[in-house]
Amino acid sequence: MATAQSTRTTSITVEVDDMTYTDVVEPRMLLVQYLRERLGKTGTLVGCDTTNCGACTVHLDGQSVKSCTMFAVQADGHAVTTIEGLAQGGELHPMQKAFHEKHALQCGFCTPGMIMQSIDLIKEHPDPDEHTVRDGLEGNLCRCTGYQNIVAAVQEAARTTRESAVSTTEEGAA
Amino acid sequence: MIPSAFDYHAPTSLDEALTLLAQGGDDAKILAGGQSLIPVMRLRLAGPELLIDLGRIDGLRGIEDDGDAVRIGAMTPHHDIASSALLGEHAALLCAAARTVADPQVRHRGTFGGALVHADPAGDMPAPALVLGAEFVIAGAGGIRTVSATDFFEGLFTTAVGEDEILTHVRIPKHTGWGARYEKFTRVAQQWSIVAVAATVRAEGSAIAEARVGLTNMGSVPIRAESVEAALAGCALEEAAIARACASAAEGTDPPTDTNGDADYRRHLATVLATRAVLSAAGG
Repeated sequence: MATAQSTRTTSITVEVDDMTYTDVVEPRMLLVQYLRERLGKTGTLVGCDTTNCGACTVHLDGQSVKSCTMFAVQADGHAVTTIEGLAQGGELHPMQKAFHEKHALQCGFCTPGMIMQSIDLIKEHPDPDEHTVRDGLEGNLCRCTGYQNIVAAVQEAARTTRESAVSTTEEGAA
Repeated sequence: MIPSAFDYHAPTSLDEALTLLAQGGDDAKILAGGQSLIPVMRLRLAGPELLIDLGRIDGLRGIEDDGDAVRIGAMTPHHDIASSALLGEHAALLCAAARTVADPQVRHRGTFGGALVHADPAGDMPAPALVLGAEFVIAGAGGIRTVSATDFFEGLFTTAVGEDEILTHVRIPKHTGWGARYEKFTRVAQQWSIVAVAATVRAEGSAIAEARVGLTNMGSVPIRAESVEAALAGCALEEAAIARACASAAEGTDPPTDTNGDADYRRHLATVLATRAVLSAAGG
């Protein structure tokens, strides 16, 4: 190795769920490890460990990513949202509510990742048909539900989100 | 699994990245989106001593109109390619292929340049780049050079990009208004292509004026089905005629045999998928 100075630890500053953290990490530390082991945000799960299952999905600057396939150093200077940052003032996020109401889980292991990816999905497709939902959740595996109620929950959350957007616009107009 | 330890640099200029790469020699690796490299490092199939992250260099990301071509920064994520209106108009085949890469999360991180330089024979971006006649802009200590699509893909996971060089941009000659289809055959979600066919077609009236057809995972490099392209020129926009033209799709290919299918199965698939891809690209 020809570089003079060792860089086997590095300092990062990351915003996670609206809080700013500065930490010294090894570059090989995965983002999911950082979230769980340093910050104690164990709501984000490690499933397959091979970029397939999507259980570790978080948002990086508002876009869904698999936090097992990113180094924490790559998030330096960026904003991360985990499942733990969704609820506001004790009120569940509409996607969390829909998963609850439509019983879109059984064991619940895939749920944090499913919810994070579903939020990304309805941002891009505000009124998704079944195929669009299944296609958009291609990177998230559930081994219990058969996906049926997950699809229903995503469509339900899309509907409530559209309706609240309309009522907000009407309030604005009034 | 946790990757083995490495030194990490995130240079903010291309020159700095090239210097680090030259110093690091064989032990250095470029990190683009990391969606292929990080899984391989986690399996400890790769253990670079030095990782040079291109993520903090301005100017390597973005899609721009460049006269007779569209210029794409190597660090542009698949998601941006898939949703680009500019590419939709001038190189729809790239958008169609990018939409099929892995899954949405991977498309947010994985990059166009990374996928091309990785040159996985089952990867989805090389064949479309090949048939669209992409020009690869490569930076090295000696300056910038441009490599044509026919010379870029050299072999299994091997391209014209040297050990001490970095792919910075790709120019895609405009194929304005050409129809496109990337027909990808997989058995399960988020699988690599068992075989895929990239087709883009310029139709005139009720016939095909010009067509470009490329094959994914029919050999160690992406392959252009030139005999199919020749047969499609002037071909009627009608299924039987297109199927006849696509019958030679597997000519000159050397597909792998693995648990997903043997070579003969893939040769058959190539003709079937080529017919579907061309029909769809032509609007049929």
